[in-house]
Parts: sequence; structure tokens; C-alpha cells
Amino acid sequence: MEPPPQPKGSLKVADTVVGEHPDPHAAGEDPNRRDFIHIAAGAAAVGAVGALAWPFIDQMNPSADTLALASVDFDLTKVSLGQQVTIKWRGKPLFIRRRTEAEIASAVADDNANLPDPQTDAERHKPGKAEWMILIGSCTHLGCVPTFGGGDFGGWFCPCHGSHYDTSGRIRRGPAPLNLAVPDYEFLSDTTVKVG
Amino acid sequence: MSGHSTYEPKTGVERWLDTRLPIIRLGWDSVVDYPTPKNLNYWWTFGGILAVCLMIQIVTGVVLAMHYVPHIDHAFASVERIMRDVNYGWLVRYMHANGASMFFIAVYIHMFRGLYYGSYKAPREVLWILGCIIYLLMMATAFMGYVLPWGQMSFHGAVVITNLFGALPIVGEAITTWLWGGFAVDNATLNRFFSLHFLLPYMIAGVVGLHIWALHVPGNNNPTGVNVKSKADTVPFHPYYTVKDGFAIVLFLILFASFLFYNPNALGHADNYIPANPLVTPSHIVPEWYFLPFYAILRAVPDKLGGVILMFGAIAVLFVLPWLDTSKVRSMRYRPTGKLYFLIFVLACLVLGYCGGQLPDNHVIPGLSTFTLIDADLNSMVWLSRLATLYYFGYFLVILPILGLTETPLPQPESISTPVLSHPASTPAGATAAPEKKG
Repeated sequence: MEPPPQPKGSLKVADTVVGEHPDPHAAGEDPNRRDFIHIAAGAAAVGAVGALAWPFIDQMNPSADTLALASVDFDLTKVSLGQQVTIKWRGKPLFIRRRTEAEIASAVADDNANLPDPQTDAERHKPGKAEWMILIGSCTHLGCVPTFGGGDFGGWFCPCHGSHYDTSGRIRRGPAPLNLAVPDYEFLSDTTVKVG
Repeated sequence: MSGHSTYEPKTGVERWLDTRLPIIRLGWDSVVDYPTPKNLNYWWTFGGILAVCLMIQIVTGVVLAMHYVPHIDHAFASVERIMRDVNYGWLVRYMHANGASMFFIAVYIHMFRGLYYGSYKAPREVLWILGCIIYLLMMATAFMGYVLPWGQMSFHGAVVITNLFGALPIVGEAITTWLWGGFAVDNATLNRFFSLHFLLPYMIAGVVGLHIWALHVPGNNNPTGVNVKSKADTVPFHPYYTVKDGFAIVLFLILFASFLFYNPNALGHADNYIPANPLVTPSHIVPEWYFLPFYAILRAVPDKLGGVILMFGAIAVLFVLPWLDTSKVRSMRYRPTGKLYFLIFVLACLVLGYCGGQLPDNHVIPGLSTFTLIDADLNSMVWLSRLATLYYFGYFLVILPILGLTETPLPQPESISTPVLSHPASTPAGATAAPEKKG
């Protein structure tokens, strides 16, 4: 190590005490052993802090009871043709929409339109169940709840920042990047659906 | 400030304490004998005003926490109980809610003052950056506080803001889930926001301590921007600025009280008196007024990630400002062109605030339809926001770096005392020239 520069004209107090091995206990020993202890202790401390930090970060992730949220069974007879029922699933709105023939036709007709997130209508409902459009009712822009039947495409319109969705829940215009998400669900019977 | 302490303990007890914990000496050197430029105008009183705001928020906040219940089933009702049943609960809550707005009014004036007089320039860069950190902490605190009453605006505001982080590629969804503690904004979110809303003000108080420390090393900037040259340029902080700040605080509290007692909900939203309903978003969702400029920047960009980056960039650019402004002249008082660009910058911020409160497709000039440019009518809030956003970033990233090299500044005075004592008539005219003479 370089000794600190002496200010000009200052009194030299000591220039012989500091040698190559400032630690008297290290005299005659290999200095690498002490270096090793320093580095090992430092690494252990960093590892310990990291290991302790993780529980404090991870505690904010969803807890076991939140993850164990039950699925929802829904009675489809409650929805009349051309209408939509909104239920709460995992804290978010879930749209269950019973589409008219005209709405299905307009969605199918736009399969090859200029879509920001291309998907065909058939990919967004269960085979043979084109009537039922089941979607997570959370705008893919910033999570607002789109309103039923609004917008230029007859599907949904998000009031927050003006995203237009068509009757298949596909984004057509506005800032949202993706189509409304389709949750995992299955038909238990012709009149009951199980979501989640 | 540098220089040795003039504190002399007068009693035995003071001497005893001074050799063990020189806390009275610290206070004496910081607020009594602290040499302060003698020409500080009223724009400099907002530091003291902000200290008062922070104290009001902490005191009223601790009281509110005694009555508030951080649970989605009880939060809204507990706030209404504070308003109706708790003794003077209405007063404490209205002080806290309006206090937040007052805090932001004061901090914005404080920041614009720093921008105008070049208070961010060497050797005050760290002071400025600490101020930016305080501002960031204030925004986080205010946002989380607004969520706590669990009204419609609380809930959907929380949804929109936390979803901003979802715009990040790859990690976005993991981060939002982590922030929420679930699959949506829910009870876990409310609980942690309450905890953090309680914590952050003390962190602000800590950074304020550093901010004042960093202020007292180089000392105050002043309206001329010229360094203090001699003792003739300064006056002791007490009584000169304790009294001046005190008077400004009284005026500010009158403004505060006029909102508090005559129009306590003027700065809030009626929708927040409707309990949160995750299934219905209010038709016109806007943040509190102090976030509107950033909200306008967010909406000005048609791309989700781009909007989020630009919004955070609007704050990030403040941190590097000391190295963007190339002018050697601190005060805009001696920068005739810079002053003009600064005034347009203030206007751009106000325009952004106005646009943030409007629907994006609203016309700027009512009834006039022009033509559609790219994705929106030219005569719309979206395009006005875009112009103002362009100027906001242009001011920091283009105008300040280039102007410092090309502008010819006016002659600066030799010292703070020169224009006051010898040439009062030649002082460049400005809104702040009159109070200066009183100093």
C-alpha cells in the first residue's frame, strides 16, 4: 500500500513503523491464511444476509390459503341469451357471457381482421360451446373492469383508458396489449361450468 | 455550515450535557446562529412549510391509526366511524386528507423554486438528489394512504397503479402478484399498504434530516445564485428567518384551514365515498390531483410498456438534472432565454396536470373537430398531452444541455450585497425582486 502523501512542509512523525506486515501477529506466517479468513467471513456474512432476506421478501407472495382458493361452480341457466353475468373468482371479476348468433358471427367474421393479439374465435371457447364466452373481466392494460356491450366492436369497452374488445374478448383498439384472458374451465354438464 | 461553533453553554447543566451529548450546540448552530444569505425571498420559506406539513401528517396519521381497521370488510366503515362517531375524528381525518394535498402544493413550489434558481447545481447535487428521494417517498406514501379508506377510487387506483409493474417484460406478472400477495388487490394488499403507509413517513423524516445536513454544508443558495462571499452577505437564521418562515407558515395555514373548514372534499373524489367493488370500475377513474401530470404522460403513449417507462422516466430525469444543465449561471434571473424556457416548462407541467384530469378523447377546443392524426383527433387531450410531454422531456434533455453552451447570460453581481447596497435600481426585474430588498 502506498503511504498517504505528506503535505508539503509538514512534520514527519513516523516513517518506519508501517512495514509490509502491519499486523504483528502475522509476522513470519503466510499472510494468505489471514486473507482467507477475512474473505471466508465476508462471504459467510453475505450469504447469511441473503438467506435471511429471502423469507422477508417471499412473505409478500400469496400465502398457502390464498393459493388454495377453491374453484367455482356456476349454474349457466342464470344467464339469458345476449346477457352476461359477472361473478368474483380469485378476487377478480369473471365474465360469463351468453352470445347471440349475430355476436358469434361477427366474432368469427373478424378472425382474419388486423388483430393486435391474433386468435380465432374458436380458440377462445370450448368446442361446440360457441354460445358461452367465459373470460377474466380484467382489462389487460391496467386491470380495470370493461363494461358489457360497449365500444366500437360490441364486446366490451374499458372506461379507464379506452380499450375496445370485440364479442370474442379480443383487443381491437386502444392501449391494452392482449385479449381478455380465458381462465381454465370445464363443462360439468350442459348447464354447469366449473372454473379453476 | 463550515466554521466553528459559537455556542457557549451558560449554565452548569448545559456544560455538563455539552461534553456528553452536544445536542444543544447542534440546534444552536443549525437554527439560531446558522449564517443565511440575507436576500432569501418568500420562495425560500417552503422548506419550513414542508417541515410543518410532515409533522401535521405524522401526528394526525398516528391518531387515525388508533381508530382505523385495516381489513377489507371493516376499513370503509371504520373511516366513516372516524368521521361520524370518534370525537373530533372528522377534524383529524380532514386534516390528514387535505394535509396531503397541502404537502404536495408546497413541495411542487419548493421544487420549481430549486429549478428556477439553479439550487441543484454544484455543490448542491446531493442536496437535490436527497430532495428527489423525499419526493419519491412522498408519492409512494400518498398513493398507499389513498388506498386505505377502501372506496371505489382507492381500490381501482390501487389496481391501475400496481398493474403498471405488470408492463415489465418477463418479471411483470411475478412482481404484481408479489405486490398484491394474491391474484388481485385484496385484503393482503390492504394490510401491507397500511403497514408501509405507517413506515414511510419516518423514512421521509430520516431523509429530511440528511437533506438538511446536505443543505448546511454548502449553505443556502439565494435568488442571485452568487456564492456567499463574506459575513456581510449573511444574517443569522434566528431571528431573521425564523420570523420570515413563521409568517409564511401562518399564511399557508390560512390556505390550509380554508380548505379544511370550508371545502374539505374539494380536492377529493366523490366516488371514494362508495365502498370498493371489485366488479365495477368507476366510469371516470383519475388519481389525486398531484399525480395528474404523470398520469397524462402515461396516457400520452399508446404502448403500455412505453407509457410506464416514460412516466417513471419523468421522475428519473430529475435525479440527473445537475449533470444535464450545462450553464455555469445558477439563477434564471441572469438567464434571459433560460427564464423564458423555464416559464414554458411550468406551463407544460400545468397543461399535463389539466390533461390528466380529462378523458383522453375530450376536445381541447370544444366543438371543433379537426382531423385524425395517427390514432386520435388532433384537437384532443391525447395530442395536447403528447405535446406537453415532449416539452417536459425536451426541457431537461435538449434545452438545458444546449442552452447552457449557447446562451449569453446577463452580468451577475459581484456579491449578494452589491445589488442590494449600491445599485438597487439596476437589479433585474422579476417577481422576486421586491421581497429581496427587505432582506
